Amino acid sequence: MNIIDKLEMEQMKKDIPRFKAGDTLKVHVKITEGDKQRIQIFQGVCIKRVNRGLGSSYTVRKMSGSIGVERIFPLHSPSIDKIEVVRIGQVRRAKLYYLRNLRGKAARISEKRMV
Amino acid sequence: MINGLLGKKIGMSQVYAADGQRIPVTVLEAGPCTVLQKKTVDKDGYESIQVGYEPKSAQRVNKPEMGHFKKAGKGAFAFVREFRSLDESPALGDEISCEMFKPGDRIDVTGVSKGKGFQGVMKRWGFAGGRASHGSMFKRRPGAIGQSAWPSKVIKGKKMPGQLGNVRVTTQNLIVVEVRPEQNLVLVRGAVPGPKNGLVEIRKGIKA
Repeated sequence: MNIIDKLEMEQMKKDIPRFKAGDTLKVHVKITEGDKQRIQIFQGVCIKRVNRGLGSSYTVRKMSGSIGVERIFPLHSPSIDKIEVVRIGQVRRAKLYYLRNLRGKAARISEKRMV
Repeated sequence: MINGLLGKKIGMSQVYAADGQRIPVTVLEAGPCTVLQKKTVDKDGYESIQVGYEPKSAQRVNKPEMGHFKKAGKGAFAFVREFRSLDESPALGDEISCEMFKPGDRIDVTGVSKGKGFQGVMKRWGFAGGRASHGSMFKRRPGAIGQSAWPSKVIKGKKMPGQLGNVRVTTQNLIVVEVRPEQNLVLVRGAVPGPKNGLVEIRKGIKA
């Protein structure tokens, strides 16, 4: 195998849960303040996934009051403690940019029914 | 010891720092190099150490070259270069590995930049060029290259179109991020001149 692929493979996390755009996630982010470390949770809908090896990322959107907040997280970053999948959504697109134009009831995503 | 060694540019990647920051790195295969000759002041007029890198089939080497390689007795090499020696120099046939570098070191990397061919002034020197549309007849031209009465000639070194790239380039003060002696790899922060698989000279930084 290619040296660079190997090098990147070493740094990749192996315990990432399966999730797609439309799923509701709880992202546990490590925050260092001085010498203390704590964990902050960012919960929202995953509206996008970018698959680019070690550079893979995903975007999580949440409504903070009436303002939409989006955060882009690197998938393999060591500053992310873990990702929890709260809810699996039923959507028909891979990139949910249309959610940016919707609010309230219209911005809901129906839950995927498991058979 | 010796102040540098030969290697190969593998390509670029990224590495996560402990605080989660992503560091852009160039992966270099550094060595192992074999000492082929030691030049001394009495014999050659200056001091240096000649090293060989990357084994080459003996069939591909002519007799005079083979005679030179035989003195070290480690087979033939594809690339031969000289480096400056720093105190108590190594013996003939010794192998030099990338263990001479430590993470955090500042190094200089020399390579032959990618050739871009004959290029105009916009690409080669970053000139602004002219307007692209509305009847412009001055799209990518350099403009005036001198004055009339004085100096009434074009000044030497005037930036003009010509060959871009395919020249020897040194990038100074690159930071070593990681060294892996078992794989002969050195990870360096930032870009390094030359194409993938291109030969590079890795030296201890002169500004470090």
